[in-house]
Amino acid sequence: MREHVSGQYDAELDELRAMVTEMGGLVERQLSAVCEGLATWNADPAEPVIALDKAVNRLEVRIDDACTHIIAKRQPTASDLRLVMSIVKAITDLERIGDETTRIAKMLETLCALPPLRDPLPELTEMMTRVQSMLADALNAFVRVDEARALDVITRDRSVDRAYQALVERLLGEMEAHPAQLRSYHNVIWCARSFERIGDHAKNVGEYIIYLARGQDVRHQGLGAPSDR
Amino acid sequence: MRNEPPTLHFEPADRCLTVDRLSVRYQGKAALRDVSLTVPRHRVTAFIGPSGCGKSTLLRSFNRMNDLIRGVEVTGRIQLFEDDILAPELDVTALRRRVGMVFQQPNPFPMSVFDNVAYGLRLQGLREQRALEGEVEWALRSAALWDEVKDRLDASALTLSGGQQQRLVIARAIAVRPEVLLLDEPASALDPISTLKIEELIGKLAEQYSIVVVTHNMQQAARVSHYTAFLYLGELVEFSGTDDLFTRPQARQTEDYITGRYG
Repeated sequence: MREHVSGQYDAELDELRAMVTEMGGLVERQLSAVCEGLATWNADPAEPVIALDKAVNRLEVRIDDACTHIIAKRQPTASDLRLVMSIVKAITDLERIGDETTRIAKMLETLCALPPLRDPLPELTEMMTRVQSMLADALNAFVRVDEARALDVITRDRSVDRAYQALVERLLGEMEAHPAQLRSYHNVIWCARSFERIGDHAKNVGEYIIYLARGQDVRHQGLGAPSDR
Repeated sequence: MRNEPPTLHFEPADRCLTVDRLSVRYQGKAALRDVSLTVPRHRVTAFIGPSGCGKSTLLRSFNRMNDLIRGVEVTGRIQLFEDDILAPELDVTALRRRVGMVFQQPNPFPMSVFDNVAYGLRLQGLREQRALEGEVEWALRSAALWDEVKDRLDASALTLSGGQQQRLVIARAIAVRPEVLLLDEPASALDPISTLKIEELIGKLAEQYSIVVVTHNMQQAARVSHYTAFLYLGELVEFSGTDDLFTRPQARQTEDYITGRYG
């Protein structure tokens, strides 16, 4: 992309992109920490995840503010306008991912105070791996305005949803079989629910990137659904 | 051969001015090259582009103002509805009654507010005072100026503010009920509030007139027009709906220009 005649405008947009990258990095750290905690049945990561959420929230406010100023002062058009609009939207989803990780962190603390579960939960492991890579790819696609990668993130959300359904089925069976561990299973379902939401948010970010790249709004069009090409 | 630029097509009934492969040279130097586009009826069409891109030349072709420039050569075709307006035998005065024009600097005649607006009507032979009064009031109301000048119609037009003078000039242009209104940087000499009044007026006038605006102010083009043509170095780069052009332009050059990357 060529530079603006106004170097200051370029600097403001660069600063904006840098803040989004920073916010994305914090949310990625939160997500990987809770996944680590769940995989190892260890509540240590919970507290830092909760603490990080404050930084994420502060960044959301700062980025929103920067976007408002750019709109007021620069009247961005075309790709610049799409960049600002997609950032305004994307940071809402990133902030929600932060909230979901905080929620998982709190459940992790509860879970680790209970007796450990007897069997491994492969569907949960699959969900954690998938949403982490979806978030990482969405953030990378944003930095590079990589339409193909964004589309890939969107289509991968389906498999997270499927893993979630399968996990819920399995846990319902486990609950019947081992009612003594009902509390634990219940908490795991809530964690899985949060991972499923994180997948949705990463998918949304992918949709904004496609809007950013080609000016086309692909939301609510069943992109990534099985019927889709 | 370069590729055809992205453009718009209109139904015959919606076409006001049809420009076909228009080229204009001033003393051998090309000002417009092979421009084709359609100005739709009862809509606002904006021409944008850097200085020297040909946007004013294109505008001035619509009422044959370029004829006044020595050494001008025009090729191609422009139709106003069915009429070929580049035909040598065309009555240019009659054309300019159909195609009114307003310039950057308000240019009221040094006479009263009333006489300014009545000027063209009198030229057309309207003499009856009551009829003139009715037409002048209609034109001043249409130009959103009536309430400000109705008590001083006999005052000199030069006592009006710049923004009022520009609306007076618009009233004078529409008094003779033209079909097309050409506005060449109509607000660039005005303060921001007067500018907004002119922009508001342009929107209202589009209900009855086909309007073409040339402007340096891209945000103004975005605010007032339905369609925008971007010209660069005498060529049409892109002609799109204004909403599309400012959110997802198709041509790279348009993108660079409207985002301020044009160096």
